[in-house]
Amino acid sequence: MHRSVTFFFLIMFLAGAPVATGLAQEAPAGAASCGGCHGSQAGSPLSLAGLSAADIVQAMTDFSSGARHGTIMGRIAPGFSEAELTAIAEWLKGSEK
Amino acid sequence: MVISRRNLINIAGVAALAAPFVARARHAHAAGRVAVVGGGFGGATTARFLAQAGHAVTLVERDNLFVTCPFSNTVIGGFATINDISFGYDSLGAAGVTVVQGEAARAEDGKLTLNSGDVIAYDRLVLSPGIDMRYDALPGYDLAASQIMPHAWKAGAQTELLWAQLEAMEDGGVVAIVAPDNPFRCPPGPYERASLIAHYLTQHKPRSKVMILDSKDAFSKRPLFEEAWAALYPDMIEWVPMSMGGRVISVNAQDKALETDFTTINADVANIIPPQKAGAIAAAAGVADATGWCPVNPETFESTLVPGIHVLGDACLAGAMPKSAFSANAQGKAAAAAIDRILRGETPQSPKLINTCYSLAAPDYGFTVAGVYQPEGETLAEVADSGGISPLGAPRETRVAEAAYARNWYATITREVFG
Repeated sequence: MHRSVTFFFLIMFLAGAPVATGLAQEAPAGAASCGGCHGSQAGSPLSLAGLSAADIVQAMTDFSSGARHGTIMGRIAPGFSEAELTAIAEWLKGSEK
Repeated sequence: MVISRRNLINIAGVAALAAPFVARARHAHAAGRVAVVGGGFGGATTARFLAQAGHAVTLVERDNLFVTCPFSNTVIGGFATINDISFGYDSLGAAGVTVVQGEAARAEDGKLTLNSGDVIAYDRLVLSPGIDMRYDALPGYDLAASQIMPHAWKAGAQTELLWAQLEAMEDGGVVAIVAPDNPFRCPPGPYERASLIAHYLTQHKPRSKVMILDSKDAFSKRPLFEEAWAALYPDMIEWVPMSMGGRVISVNAQDKALETDFTTINADVANIIPPQKAGAIAAAAGVADATGWCPVNPETFESTLVPGIHVLGDACLAGAMPKSAFSANAQGKAAAAAIDRILRGETPQSPKLINTCYSLAAPDYGFTVAGVYQPEGETLAEVADSGGISPLGAPRETRVAEAAYARNWYATITREVFG
C-alpha cells in the first residue's frame, strides 16, 4: 500500500470514521503466510525488517528465476506473480511494527 | 480454572475495553462474537488475529499448556526437553482473547456447549481441534494399549513415555515405528522420528535397529530421508513398505507383538501411529464427513456441511495442503481474514497459502518440503511450477543451514502464535 494511502486510512481511523477493513491492513493473497517463517513481529530471526519493499520484490524475482540461490525461497517464489509479489512486499513493509 | 458463563461475559467485556484505543475505535461498529475451539497452531492464530481486528473472541482449550508436535521428535531423540516445546496462553489473554479452559461438547444454533455445561454464544464458530486417534481402526490398539505402545502423535505425556522407553531399552533392541496410511498429521513425521531415534541409538545403543512398518508404499521427502539414512545411520533404519509386508494388521500390547500381512514382529519399543480423525468436537458439531475429516470451502474454511462453522488445521480436508503446523497457522490467518469480512457483511477475498515443513535427520541435518496453494474449484490445489523438496545430493552445508533455519522457523512461529 502506498504511503499516502496508508496515511489517509490512519487519518480515517483517528477520526473514528467507519472504514472498509477490520484488520489493520488486510493482507493481500499469500502475504499472511510469510509470517510463519519471517514473523509478524519485529525481531524474528528471519525478520525482513532491514529490507525495503523493492528489495523484497527483487529478492523474490531472483529466487524465482534462479539468479539467487537460497534453501527454500526458490521453491516458494515461483508460486506468485509479479503483481502479487509487489502487493505482498508493500503490505509487509506497511504492517511492520 | 474454568470460567463460569456469567464471568465469561464480564471478562469478554473487559477484554474489549482493554483493546488498544485505535483498534477499538476502528472496529467498534464491526465487532462480532467468535468462539474458537482448540488452542494449537490453527486456533490460537485465528483467535489472535480476530481479536486484533476488534472482535470478541473466546478461545476454548482443554489444557493450560500447549506442547507442540513440531520439534517433539527432538525430545524423543534425546536432545531437547518437553519444557522446550511447551507454551502457555497468557500472551493470548493479553492480546484480548478470552481464554477458557474446558472441553467443547457440542455446537448448535449459535451456541457452543462445554462439558462443564457452560454455554458460549457465537456469531461464527472456529473449530481447530486437531486430531483424535482412531482406536477402532487397528485391532488391539486402544487407549490402554497406547500406554504401553505410545503413539506420541499428540505431544506431551505420550512424547515423554516414548522417550523414557527408548532410554530404558538395552543396546541391541528393536524399535518399531508403525506408520499409517494417508491422510494423517505431519506426513514426514514418522520418518523424522526414525532418524532422530537412530541419532540417539547411534550414540548410546549402536547395535540397535529401527524398523518402520508402513501401511503405504511412498512417503513425504522419501529420497531425502533415504539419502540421510545412508549417510548418517547406515544399516540402522529399515523401512518396510506395504507392498513388502509392512502393513500392520493387529497388535498385542502385552507382548509388543505386531502382526503384519506376512509375519509377527516382536519389538522392544513399539511406537504405534494409528489412523486418525478430526478431534471429537468436529463429529459432535456435524462438520466431519464419513472419512472422519472435515470438508471446507477453500476460500473461507467454512464447513461445507454446517454453515457458520469454520474448520481448519489438521481436522479439515484442505486439498493438497498437508496437515502441518505451518499449514494450520497459514489457514488460521486466512480464515481470520475471511471471518472478519463475513462479520462485516463483505465478500472474503480469495486466499493464497504457503506451507513449509522442516524435518531434521540429525540435530545439524535438515531439509524441507514447501508448497504454494490456492483455491481451485472446491479444493486447495498446489500452484503450478512451485513447491517441492530440498535438492538431493546437496552439500552438507545446505543441510546444516536448513537445520538452523528449522530452529529459526520454530522460534518464529511459536512466538507469533503463543507470544
